Amino acid sequence: MRKLFRFHGGIHPKQYKDQSSRLPIAVAPLPDLLVLPLAQHVGLAAEPIVSPGQRVLKGELLARPAGAVSAAVHAPTSGTVAAIEQRGVPNAITKTDWCIVLRPDGEDRWGERSPLKLIGVDRATLFARLREFGLVGLGGAAFPSHIKLNVNENTKIRSLVVNAAECEPYITCDDRLMRERAPDLVRGLRLIAELLHPDEIVIGVEDNKPEAAASLRAAASADALAMDVVAIPTLYPGGGEKQLIRTLTGIEVPAGRYPFEFGVACFNIATVHAIRRAIDLGEPLLSRVVTVTGNVATPRNFEVLIGTPMNQLVALAQEQTGTDGYIMGGPMMGFRVAAKEVPVVKATNCVIAMDAKHFRAAPPELPCIRCGTCSVACPADLQPFELYWHTKSHNIENAKRYGLADCIECGACSYVCPSKIPLVGYFRRGKGEAAAQEKAARAAAQARERSEWHEQRLSREAQETATASAALSASGSASPAATALKQASVQAALQRARERRNEGSADGNGA
Amino acid sequence: MTSPYISGSSSVTAIMFKLMLAMLPGIAAFVWYFGPAILLSLAVATATALICEALMLIARRAPLKLFMTDLSAVVTAWLLALSLPPLVPWWLVAIGTAFAIVIAKHLYGGLGNNPFNPAMVGFAVLLIAFPLQSTRWPPPLMLSATRVSFDITLAYVFPGLVETPRFLVDAETMATPLDTLRTQLGMKQTIGDFSYMPVFGKIGGVGFEMMALGYLLGGLFLWQQRIISWHMPAAFLAGIAALGGMLWLIDPAHYASPLFHLAAGGTMLGAFFIITDPVSGATTPKGKLIFAAAAGLLTYVIRVFGGYADGVAFAVLIMNMAVPLIDAYTQPPVFGRKART
Repeated sequence: MRKLFRFHGGIHPKQYKDQSSRLPIAVAPLPDLLVLPLAQHVGLAAEPIVSPGQRVLKGELLARPAGAVSAAVHAPTSGTVAAIEQRGVPNAITKTDWCIVLRPDGEDRWGERSPLKLIGVDRATLFARLREFGLVGLGGAAFPSHIKLNVNENTKIRSLVVNAAECEPYITCDDRLMRERAPDLVRGLRLIAELLHPDEIVIGVEDNKPEAAASLRAAASADALAMDVVAIPTLYPGGGEKQLIRTLTGIEVPAGRYPFEFGVACFNIATVHAIRRAIDLGEPLLSRVVTVTGNVATPRNFEVLIGTPMNQLVALAQEQTGTDGYIMGGPMMGFRVAAKEVPVVKATNCVIAMDAKHFRAAPPELPCIRCGTCSVACPADLQPFELYWHTKSHNIENAKRYGLADCIECGACSYVCPSKIPLVGYFRRGKGEAAAQEKAARAAAQARERSEWHEQRLSREAQETATASAALSASGSASPAATALKQASVQAALQRARERRNEGSADGNGA
Repeated sequence: MTSPYISGSSSVTAIMFKLMLAMLPGIAAFVWYFGPAILLSLAVATATALICEALMLIARRAPLKLFMTDLSAVVTAWLLALSLPPLVPWWLVAIGTAFAIVIAKHLYGGLGNNPFNPAMVGFAVLLIAFPLQSTRWPPPLMLSATRVSFDITLAYVFPGLVETPRFLVDAETMATPLDTLRTQLGMKQTIGDFSYMPVFGKIGGVGFEMMALGYLLGGLFLWQQRIISWHMPAAFLAGIAALGGMLWLIDPAHYASPLFHLAAGGTMLGAFFIITDPVSGATTPKGKLIFAAAAGLLTYVIRVFGGYADGVAFAVLIMNMAVPLIDAYTQPPVFGRKART
């Protein structure tokens, strides 16, 4: 038995997983329109390389990654690019964003697919493939996957940790994936292992999914791949990347550091599936498994094309009356989408139809009584009630001192708070304010630098003018009147320069 | 509204209700040993607290229903009433409670914002303003020469309202074990000379020791319910026992046993119900230990070397002042920033 480590805190919310985990994954039919946001991932938005009216094949590149941290977007089916325009997107902050709108032709005709044989392929090729194939973490954060694989040749990865904990209530997409496609997953792990050469492969599955764990174990032994499928205690947020790494390896990765710095690479199990498809089948990330649950008659999982409007997806599970909105993600960390028509994106692991029965309106907020229940529940060892004071009063400096950046936004504090204070909401807002402050500080620093360059240039110009006039007066008549005239013009030039400098610095301060 | 969209079942009302529930064993012992007068005190305190709470909420334009149902004012009222002797006039209880709710709680910002324990502020005010009435305990029923009938009880609690029967007030009072200890030692006696006195009971005085047991039981229930953590009671009791035990070992003729101090006076009520008030106490695990241990030491020092028979109230109020400092210096390390590997 593997030695497991404890992380601090954690909660036991009601699971609501049985509802959607009974039925096998169904393939969602082709919708009449696909909406593909250009920013579905952490980092810069992808740059479109198609234009409206253009016909595209399934798997064809529509938008390429715009920088190191970015991911490509592909056509989930064959059809015509209808528009590139602002559309509603599922995002906690921005409600609309640039999207490529694709009208399917119904033929679902593939473009060229180029599977990779791992033998003889170098890391750079693989790295480029994952980047070009639009792979991002499918656990919900949507961090571009190629970055995690692009570790230096000298970086030793001891543990390849696979996140199959699926700790949020309601969500069962990874559970079904493991039960139904375990051989593919084991194949994917073999591919990643070829790349990273880890000493061990450890898969953390919460002990509320014994069928999934058994299925993985069977597939691993069939494939003769040495890996440790570990049943970890069902304790939210045990599937948080940092918490899972702690549970399985004892290592605590602090905020602002990456797991690879500690010899750990961590992938979500659904990402492993997508990586396997990219390499073995040459298929970019076009679809994913999404749990549809909540106020629907048949909650279940669907294999859904990226870009499918959520309301069309929820309709497949027979949406019931009384649904007043959708949550994308789980009830702990997900968010309410602005409109039911927003598309399924790469990060969409679950859509919950909300109704008044399961999701009551927020109870009235009482003052904090400093009972400390939140700090008992916090998996980041924070004192949320202290953070609450500082974020509530917009004192970001103090909030940072109390670990604002260390908060993983799991929501355990809000869940347990007897005063019903939406603590994590305050922390998210505080983080936004901290980011805005840092941005403003960077802008001010840039403006100052610009203004300094400007001043330097002006004084250099003034000096050059002065030298030139001095040379002129030296070469010409040396009459006192002429000299005085020259000096006056030099003075005037300097004065002008000074005035402009003042204007310049005023701008600099204003920025 | 942002996530989480689900929440646990705990509420301030539930916490306060459990606190009240946990006081019941102690109250039962109180009634058993000192008669039903304490129930009248509790009723007067509750009524005063609710009236004051409502008036202050209206004055502060705070939502009335939301805050009246949180039960926090009732808990404060009960703690104050249980700190006072029974058979005290109603106005004493009312003044203390009013002070606790109006000044110590609402003038500082209401629920969650009071830097001092409201019940102890109310009690301290009474101790200073009405020292005699606030500390004069009747003898336990089994040590009393006279039976206190219910109409006499009423006459004590509501003087003037009920016709006062003829009796000697002095006959109805008796020094508490802590008082007796203090006076006898003051008369140059050694503990061996007077420890036979029936008032001392088995450990901490007749009646008081059983009330202490009741509060201990209630406290264990609160711990089991995770409303209080072990840190505060353990450190508070350890603070009293450590200093008391040391002095007792050195000079048992002049210092009572640590067990006596644990069972006497307000020790157990303080350990589980008063110092554990989250609003005015330290919050970090280490801070709780420091806060409570220091409160324990202070309680003992005030009892034995100070001017009052018991020291819980002042010890708690003094330590309330140190809370911001204690909390600031005892912040636990966050995830990934610990010394451990």
